[in-house]
Amino acid sequence: MRHIISILLENEAGALSRVAGLFSARGYNIESLTVAPTEDETLSRMTLVTSGSESIIEQITKQLNKLVDVVKLVDLTEGPHIEREMIMLKVQAVGDARDELKRLVDIFRGRIIDVTESSYTIELTGAGRKIDAFLQAMPRKDIIEVVRSGVSGIGRGDKGLRL
Amino acid sequence: MELTGADIFVRCLEDEGVEYIFGYPGGAALHIYDALYRQDKVKHILVRHEQGATHAADGYARATGKPGAVIVTSGPGATNAVTGIATAYMDSIPLVVFTGQVPTMLIGDDAFQEVDAVGITRPCVKHNFLVKDVKDLAMTIKKAFYIATTGRPGPVVVDIPKDVTADITEYDYPDAISMRSYAPVTKGHQAQVKKAAALITSAKRPMIYTGGGVILGNAAESLTEFVRTLGYPCTNTLMGLGGYPATDPLFVGMLGMHGTYEANMAMHECDVLIAVGARFDDRVTGDLNKFCPHARIVHIDIDPASIGKNVPVEIPIVGNVDGVIKDLLKAIRASKKKPDAEALAAWWEQIEEWRAMNCLTFDRASELIKPQYVIETLYKLTDGDAFVTSDVGQHQMWAAQFYKFDKPRRWINSGGLGTMGFGLPSAMGVQLAYPDALVACITGEASIQMCIQELSTCKQYGLPIKVINLNNRYMGMVRQWQEFFYDRRYSHSYMDALPDFIKLAESYGHVGMKIEKPGDVEGALKEAIATTDRLVFLDFITDQTENVYPMMPAGKGHHEMELGPCSQVVSTNRELA
Repeated sequence: MRHIISILLENEAGALSRVAGLFSARGYNIESLTVAPTEDETLSRMTLVTSGSESIIEQITKQLNKLVDVVKLVDLTEGPHIEREMIMLKVQAVGDARDELKRLVDIFRGRIIDVTESSYTIELTGAGRKIDAFLQAMPRKDIIEVVRSGVSGIGRGDKGLRL
Repeated sequence: MELTGADIFVRCLEDEGVEYIFGYPGGAALHIYDALYRQDKVKHILVRHEQGATHAADGYARATGKPGAVIVTSGPGATNAVTGIATAYMDSIPLVVFTGQVPTMLIGDDAFQEVDAVGITRPCVKHNFLVKDVKDLAMTIKKAFYIATTGRPGPVVVDIPKDVTADITEYDYPDAISMRSYAPVTKGHQAQVKKAAALITSAKRPMIYTGGGVILGNAAESLTEFVRTLGYPCTNTLMGLGGYPATDPLFVGMLGMHGTYEANMAMHECDVLIAVGARFDDRVTGDLNKFCPHARIVHIDIDPASIGKNVPVEIPIVGNVDGVIKDLLKAIRASKKKPDAEALAAWWEQIEEWRAMNCLTFDRASELIKPQYVIETLYKLTDGDAFVTSDVGQHQMWAAQFYKFDKPRRWINSGGLGTMGFGLPSAMGVQLAYPDALVACITGEASIQMCIQELSTCKQYGLPIKVINLNNRYMGMVRQWQEFFYDRRYSHSYMDALPDFIKLAESYGHVGMKIEKPGDVEGALKEAIATTDRLVFLDFITDQTENVYPMMPAGKGHHEMELGPCSQVVSTNRELA
């Protein structure tokens, strides 16, 4: 099953490679990984999407917790949560296709953020599945470039992952 | 007081109570070596190869329970140390390894003797640090010792660029430390302890299986009381030997691939398994699908990640094993429920039947020296009280089977990583810690050659180690597997062109002895033991064809052991489980 693990990490050099190294050394999957500093400059927040059986996910969370740089973590998929990913997509847009593309972007509530005579650059935010669906709807031959941010997530309700 | 980084380094070691630091100098470590020269509190032991430094510090740590300290230079100094760091990591040994580094402004420039030490060691350390500012040096060293020695212990690497050791700052060593991201659990959960006590007392065919955690957690005494109170059978892993007295009748020997028949059969048939400070390693469990099919399992360990990693566990207890065993004992004594004496007597009757097969029997009439006989004789002559280090292979298994360890921290071997070359340098660490003790390094002609340069270190520091070389002219364990599983195609396992070990030992200034007949074994060992002021290298020319039995081949279960040609198979018809 797919799990989204949110981690508060010491904002130290090498912390990211400890997490990445753990996954490669123990043969765990990483589907996506995002990391950025938080309002507390000593901490980074990492969101990691992985998949595996319950026992593998248990091992993953235990092994992550064992890393000295990991301060706290939560498996967001254990409770109600919101996940978001951003995509930036550059597509060929000429002639009649320009209108069709614009309509498609509107349907998915995306925005066109750069325009040339022959292309659009589209920005779209949503859960992974929505991004996948949008990509599916795009004519494959017209895609010039795809940039996905990887998943970020947050738990629902008034509680937060903090120190 | 303002000090240079190098002087701060030495002061930190003093304040940590470091007695010995094992190392080898080089460009990036020269400021540190200069500071070491200008003091006399921390004694530096100059090895002949950085691998030897890490193994020596490791042996010191295993024998004393104190952290081992190592200093090496950058680049090749650091990479040579990696094997020893990985060895310590796999066996959870507290080491702090300091690596010199090129100056901070040269990092990343492919400078002379530059290597990314933090990157290379990351997968085989508990944690590591690169110190970029002299102001962080003392705190980092404090953290390194704290992390290495607490929780599940392990090696910590501190990489120190040369300019940091020259820079000056105020020296202030913190007394205590707490880290928000690192707080190991020490006390077991009391509700879990109660549940475990109930299950343990309800057992009809109990088994206590203990590992290196009992040694590292200084829990041998409480474990012994626990086992004796219950009267349950106890087995130790290779790393756990000495955790329970081997001469005690409740001890059924080591378990696993070369464990005893009675230990493995009891594992297979038990209905409650109490695992203490052990990690269900593949050499212990055999095929996981056949592992303890009837058992409900209690697992006590300091490391939550060890619990449920390989085998599902019914009652996990995370905590310091010594404390948890004491809590368990208290709960068991307070409980009205007592173990079923009748069931336990029947269980012991079965175990004694297995034990009666004498699975460790070997041919005593042989005209060739049997390696088992050498170890048995060493055991007898030393009253089981020596410190025994070993290398890796057949001799290691025979040492584990035939030297009966009654005390913890006497058996020093590389169990997890299986590092050939570990025996001699680790013996140096042990001998330095206990100068008057008898330290024997049981090795083979293949393993000893992997760190044989340390004979020179032994001479320099007058370490009277007894090297017991079981010389069968083969990489014995490789040869055994080739005999069993590769149709006797002995691919590159024959040791041709061996040195004359006697002359070699003598050229290093030691005593060399060659023993070729069984009748000479005891006399030679006696003479070596009596030579308390010199290193004696005993080269025993042993039977080339001897194999380690019994054996649970890889992929088999505990009940599928192969016994040696000398063991009698006694059929048991009792219905179990």
